[in-house]
Amino acid sequence: MEWLNAVVQGTLLGGLYALFAAGLSLIFGIMRLVNIAHGDLIVLGAYLGLVVTTSTGLHPLLALAFVVPAMALIGYALQRGLLNQTLGDDLLPPLLVTFGLSVILQNGLLEVFTADPQKISAGALETASISAGGLSLGILPVLTFAIAIAVIWGLQWTFYHTALGRAFRAVSDNQDIAQLMGLNRRHIFGLAMALALGVTAIAGVLLGIRTSFDPSIGSGRLIFGFEAVIIGGLGNLWGTLVGGVILGVAQTIGAKFDPGWQILAGHVAFLVILAIRPNGLFPRVSA
Amino acid sequence: MPDPILKMQGLNAHYGDFQALYGVDMDVAQGEILAIIGANGAGKTTLMRSITGLLSNAPGQITYENEDISRLRADEIAARGLAMVPEGRQLFPSLSVRENLIIGGQIGRKGPWDLNAVYKLFPILEERKDQQSTSLSGGQQQMVAIGRALMANPDLILFDEISLGLAPIIIKDIYEALPNIIGEGMSAVIVEQDITKALSVSSRVYCLQEGRVSLEGGSDTVSREDISRAYFGIE
Repeated sequence: MEWLNAVVQGTLLGGLYALFAAGLSLIFGIMRLVNIAHGDLIVLGAYLGLVVTTSTGLHPLLALAFVVPAMALIGYALQRGLLNQTLGDDLLPPLLVTFGLSVILQNGLLEVFTADPQKISAGALETASISAGGLSLGILPVLTFAIAIAVIWGLQWTFYHTALGRAFRAVSDNQDIAQLMGLNRRHIFGLAMALALGVTAIAGVLLGIRTSFDPSIGSGRLIFGFEAVIIGGLGNLWGTLVGGVILGVAQTIGAKFDPGWQILAGHVAFLVILAIRPNGLFPRVSA
Repeated sequence: MPDPILKMQGLNAHYGDFQALYGVDMDVAQGEILAIIGANGAGKTTLMRSITGLLSNAPGQITYENEDISRLRADEIAARGLAMVPEGRQLFPSLSVRENLIIGGQIGRKGPWDLNAVYKLFPILEERKDQQSTSLSGGQQQMVAIGRALMANPDLILFDEISLGLAPIIIKDIYEALPNIIGEGMSAVIVEQDITKALSVSSRVYCLQEGRVSLEGGSDTVSREDISRAYFGIE
C-alpha cells in the first residue's frame, strides 16, 4: 500500500511538472526557442500570485484571473520587444538572451522580494484531503492534476480546432510560406509566448501554494520541465503529461528508499529513458 | 495603356554578399499573363522572393497597384492581394488539405474563390480534404498549393515552377486548367524552366540570365533563336 501511495502521489506531482513543461513545449514547438528563463518565469508567476493574494485578500485560485492575463501580457511584450529579435537560423542567440533574462529575473525578484522564502496562502485547500481506497489524497495535488489535464486538453484543442492553432502550426511548419498567407510571424510568436506564459502563471501559483519559494528556485523547475518535455517526446503535449508523471513517480519512489534520493531518482529515470529512447516516448517533431 | 499592376525598376537583390539580381526592370499589365523564363540560377526564384517580400528590397524598386511595396513585410504584401504558388509546393505538413486551403483564405479578401470553388475546380481535393497534405501525390499537392493561393482572392498570382517534379500528363492537366483559373481580371506571372509551356499560356515573356533581363517580347513573336540566345547566353 505504501508503494501504491508513492505511485499515486508521484502521479499527482507529475501534473505540476506537466504544467511546468507545457509552456516550454509550446514555445519550442512553435518557434524552436529554448527558453532558459522559463523556470524563473514560473517563479515570477508565483510572486505575482503572492502580490495579488496579499494585496486583495483573494483566494489564490481566484487570483489566477489577474495573474494569468498579466503573465500573458508580459509574454507578448517580451516576445515582440526582445525574443523575436533573437530568432533566426541559429539556436544560440535565443539561448544566450534567455539565459541573461533568467539572471535578470532572479536578481530583480531578489531586489524586490528579498531571499526570504515565501508561500501563497490558500487556507483550508492546503491541507484538505480525501480518502480513497485506503489512500489519503490531498485536494490540492488532485486539483493540480485535474488542472494540468484541463490545460493540456485546452492547448490541444486550441492547436487543432482554432484559427490561432492553425496559424501556430503553419508558422511552425514553414515561417516564410506562413508569411505569404498573411500571417505576421512576429505577432503569432507573441501570441504563442502569451499563451505559454499564461500556462506558466497557473504553474507558478500552484507551485506557490504547494511549497515555499524564493527567487533562486527557478532553475530547478526549468530542469523538471525540460525533463518532462524530453521524456514525453518533443512537440507532444499529452506526452509531456506522461513525462511529468514518470518524473513525479520516479521522485516519490526514490524518496521512499531514502528521502535524499528524491531528486536524483527523477534525473536517473530521465537519463535511462533518454538512453533507451533518445527522441522521448511519443515524439512528434523530429529534433 | 493602364498602369501596370506590378512594376520593378532597377531591382537589385542580394543574399549576403552575393548579388542575385542586377537592375531588373519589368512590368506586369492588368489582367495579363506574363511568363518569366530562365535557366537554373538565373534569379527567377530570387525575383519571386523579392516581389513577395520574403527578401527585403531597397525603397522604390517594386510598385504594386501604384503603391511602393519594396519595404513591406511579406504578410503585408499578401494582404494587398498578391499571392504565390511557391516552388516545390511547400504545403504545411501539419495541416490537413482543408486547413491548408483555409489558411490561404484567412486574409479575408472578398472574391469568387472559397473552399467550394476550389473543390469544384479540383474535385479530388474534396475527397482528400481531411488527409495530411503531404500524403497526397505530387500533382494533388500542386492542386492544393494553387488552391491555397486562389483562396486569397488575389489580384496578382505568381506561379513559381509549378511543373517542377511533376509527371508530364499532370503538367498538361494543370496548364490546361490555368486559363480558367486565372480569368476574370486576375493577373498572373508564370515562372518556368519549361519554355514551351510558359509561352503557350502567356502573352508576354521575359528571360532572365545571370540576374539580368536578357529578353523581353510577345510570347508569340519571340523566335526560338532569340530565346536560346537569351536563355543560355551563347551566340
